[in-house]
Parts: sequence; C-alpha cells; structure tokens
Amino acid sequence: MAALKYTDQHEWVAVEGDVATVGITDYAQGQLGDVVFVELPDEGKSFAMGDQAAVVESVKAAAEVYAPISGKIVEINEALNDKPELVNEDSTGDGWFFKIEIDDESELDSLMDAKEYKEFVKGLE
Amino acid sequence: MTVSFTTTGNRGLDLEEKLIFEQDKAGRTAVDLPDVPAHDNRLGVAKRKKAMGLPGLSEPQVVRHYVRMSRNNYAIDAGIYPLGSCTMKHNPRLNEKMARTPGLADLHPLQPQSSVQGALALMDELAHWLMTLTGMPAVALSPAAGAHGELTGLMTIRAALEARGDARKVVLVAESAHGTNPASAHMCGYEVESVPGTEGGRVDLAALKKRLGPDVAAFMITNPNTCGLFEDDIVAISAAVHDAGGFVYCDGANFNAIVGRVRPGDLGVDAMHLNLHKTFSTPHGGGGPGAGPVVLSKALAAFAPLPFVVKDGDGFRLVETEEQSGAQPYGRMKGFNGQFGVFVRALSYMMSMGSDGLRQASADAVLNANYLRERLQNALSLSYPGPCMHEVLFDDRFLAETGVTTLDFAKAMIDEGVHPMTMYFPLIVHGAFLIEPTETESRASLDQLADLMLGLVAKAKAKEVEFFKASPTLTPRRRLDETRAARSPVLRWSPPAPKLAAE
Repeated sequence: MAALKYTDQHEWVAVEGDVATVGITDYAQGQLGDVVFVELPDEGKSFAMGDQAAVVESVKAAAEVYAPISGKIVEINEALNDKPELVNEDSTGDGWFFKIEIDDESELDSLMDAKEYKEFVKGLE
Repeated sequence: MTVSFTTTGNRGLDLEEKLIFEQDKAGRTAVDLPDVPAHDNRLGVAKRKKAMGLPGLSEPQVVRHYVRMSRNNYAIDAGIYPLGSCTMKHNPRLNEKMARTPGLADLHPLQPQSSVQGALALMDELAHWLMTLTGMPAVALSPAAGAHGELTGLMTIRAALEARGDARKVVLVAESAHGTNPASAHMCGYEVESVPGTEGGRVDLAALKKRLGPDVAAFMITNPNTCGLFEDDIVAISAAVHDAGGFVYCDGANFNAIVGRVRPGDLGVDAMHLNLHKTFSTPHGGGGPGAGPVVLSKALAAFAPLPFVVKDGDGFRLVETEEQSGAQPYGRMKGFNGQFGVFVRALSYMMSMGSDGLRQASADAVLNANYLRERLQNALSLSYPGPCMHEVLFDDRFLAETGVTTLDFAKAMIDEGVHPMTMYFPLIVHGAFLIEPTETESRASLDQLADLMLGLVAKAKAKEVEFFKASPTLTPRRRLDETRAARSPVLRWSPPAPKLAAE
C-alpha cells in the first residue's frame, strides 16, 4: 500500500490505482475516545472534496468525516456497523471507513504527507 | 478498599431492587376483579394472540418498587445540578399548585372556546409577557420545546423568504451556538455552514461578513453563547445579516442570563425560541415536557404558524385557519395549542416573581456563575478570561500530565453527592467543564461545590489516577461501562428461558 496522505480534518487516504481508501487518523480516534457508532455513506454516492461523507460517534462527541477528495463511493466498511471499536483498535487498518473512486488525482497534491501531518498535529497540542 | 457484604445485597439505605418483571408472580394482583363473563370476542384480526406479559404484583410491591427506584434518582429537588446549558433551576411549588387547578388541569383541547375563556386569557397573558420581555411584536406559543422552536423559527424565515420570491439555500451557524441549531437548519432543508469564533470565544464578525451573500437565508447565533459569553458584536452582526437580505435566528436557551436587562428585539433578532422549561422554571430533564414558544420580529410576524389567540371584544378567540388569520401562516407545528400545562407553570412563575423579580433572578444567575469562576479559576483552566454570564467554562489544560480526564473528574464528583457539570460541550474547547449554578443556589451550596472541586483538583495534581479511574465507588452501581452501554445497549427485558424441569 502506498504511503498515507492526510487532511487537516484528520482523515487519512491510501491510494491504490484509481481508488482511495479513507479513514480517520490515530490522533482523531484518540481525541474522540471510545467510538460507539459509525454512519457510513451509501455505495454509489458521489461527493465533492470537503463534503460531509460519514459521521463518527464516540462516548464524548459526534464528529463529521469529510470526503478528502472528490469521487464516488465504491465500497464501505460494513464491519464497523457491528464493531465500531475497530476505529479505536486499528484506525489505519481494519478501521477504514470507505473507498472512493478518484475523480481528480491532482486533488491529492493538496493533502499532507506523514511528516507534514505530524507537524500539524504537534501544532494543535 | 473494604467491601462489606450483606445477606440481602442492600447497603444500608441503598436498596437493591429487581426489575418489576422479575418480581412477577402469576395470578398475583393488587385488585380483585370479577371474572370476565362468557362473551364473543369481536376484535377480529386485532384479537390478542398471547398474554400481554404484565407482571403479577401486589400493591405494596408496586409502591415499594417505585419508591425504591425514585431513591436512586438525583434531581434538582435533591441537590445542586450545575449542568451547563441546561438551566436546572428550582421549580417553585406554586407553579405546580396552579397547574393542578381543576379549571386548568381538566381541560380538553376540543372543548367549545366559550367554555375555556380563562385558559385562552392565560395564553394571551403569557404571550404578552414573552413579547414584552423580548421586545418582539409576535409570538407562536405552540412549539413543544427548544429544537421544535428552532424549526418553527426557520420555517417562518423560509415562508417569509419564499413569499418575496427569494428562496435561499444556506443557513450559517455560529461555532459557539447550541448543538441542535445545525440539525434544525438541516431538517428545514437548508445547507449548513459553520462560522468560526474568535480567540475570545465570540463570533468572528469579519468571517461572518465575508460569507454573507444572496444565498444565505439566516444566521443562527446563541446569545449568551455556549461559552457563557455575551456576543458583544450582536448589533453589528444583525445589521450585517439584514444588509445581506437574511434573517437572524437567536437561540434563546440562555435567555435566563439576560431577562429584564436585554431585549433581543433591540438587538436585531428576527426569531428566537424561549425555553419556558429553562428560563421560566418549569420542570424538565428526563424527556420533558418542555415548551419552546418563538417570538418573531415585525418582518416575520405575518408568517407565524397557527394557532394563536386573539382578543375579540370581551373574550378571546383561537385563530385556527388562514382565512381567520388574515395573514400568511405557513401551517401549524402541533395538533393543538402547545404544552398548556407548561404555560400555566411559566406564567405562574412570571407573575409571582414580577418583572423586578425576573430582573433580579438573571443577575443572581450571573453572579453565582462568576462567584464559582472566581473560586475555581486559579485551580482549573478558565477557557476565556474575564467575567462570564450565567455559566462558566473551563477546559482540561489543568489536567495535562495527570492521567486524569474530564470524565474521571466528573465521576469522582458523583461520589461527593452532586450532579456533575456538563462535560465535553461546547466542542470548541478541549475536555470542557461547563458549569451553570443558576440563581437557585445559596452561597453555602456554591462554596460546597467549589470546595469539593478544589479537593478533587488537589487529588488529580497528586496523580491519584487509580482513585479517579475507580470513581464513583459509593453509588449503587459504581463505575458504569458507558462504552459498552452505547455499543451494545439492552433496551428490552426478555423473560428468561422456561425452566426444563416442571415444578
């Protein structure tokens, strides 16, 4: 799997061919605390970059998850319906949210790489 | 820790109690009813196919069950309840007495209007008080609670915009506004965009002005906001929204901080709901009932929903149709006239307090919050400097490096016999503690809260993490597993599988 890209809204993106897998970062899951519910988008639905695509609910708060790039949802992680704790346990692995077909590869250039994201998070603390 | 076990499972006055279904004994009953005579069942397809499953219980069992359950409840009648943004103030018993007056309690909404003139007069008087206190020319009494009021206000705004052929798409919501605001705007069919706050915890006027335009239907603001701060720029905010052709919706949930001192109508507000159950002392919590009348500006008054009360000669009359109204109502929000029992309580509160009493109550609420701020600000981390309004906001910076979280701290407060403050809201600060003491609390009560919180701060600074993680230890069920409760809630009782061996 290619190196992860990050948004300033704490989503990560992993690109494979013309499909990107999206989830929330380890920092985001740590801030939210125990995740108790995830609302995923419908497969086939299209989003523009920055649109709200999913909702993640923890014991503390509910937060929006935004589409980090524009495209159509091709797969969602159904396992989160029964096991939302996957988001806490393995945020960048089994806790992925959805896969999105990439509309415009150039949008990926605006995302942060791991080093930039690390710096970004440091600035928040 | 020493744990003492008793044969009964009871711990002194803390009584273990089974679910009422687990106490069932078939055939036991509290009343002797005659046998049902032979008859033909005429229910057809609606005929009951199996027993209803009501438990068999004697009267003393039922009484004890509910008395025991009630003892596990913590309420404003038992002690301080400083839940920020909820306004848990004392509910004067006079209100209850008035609401139980047979002439008010035993009405039916379909009675002839000639037989309920007193009730209509009461609604008219309540409307008068609400319009006077807010400086607004119209009010819709029917909304059932705060969020319902928000929806009412937004639907009124939509009706006004559509009437001028200018349907707009977007509602802007202040970051420091109540959490229900974006949900209400979304429900009303608008796209929702957030307007950021300043370092000082108020709306960023420049950012708002930049976003305003011909697509913005309304701006939703809460004033005082959820940080417990007055929005100083409110007049300029309203002017900017109006210049852009939009309307200002103010969430009135915190009106209790400014009653008798500030009239939202003077600030340029177009619509605002009033939580009678917060500001005007009617009981709430546990699901209601609340009441959320919406006051409206001159620009919106003609579009107010039905029904409403008008004075007609010597009597009062309900306006229930568009023809009767002579205006452009967009419809109705509720089957009948609103939460009448709450109207009685709220008006009883207003009239017994008087306008001078209401003015003092808002000052006392603000004074109490600032007293707590003074007592706690050196130990906890105050999110925004300076005086606050009716609630004071701290965040969890003071817990950094202690291993203790806001949740742990709140859990330890339960063992001290108080209801914790609101936690993790508003979201714009980290690990929020939002404390609203209301005017109800005496100085002794405020001091007790401050003392116990300072004691817990000392324990946290001493890194007594195990103490906090185990808290509460003195409650009937100790520390609850909230995560598991949210992930796998058990919402229904199911009877145990039948025993294999016959008795």
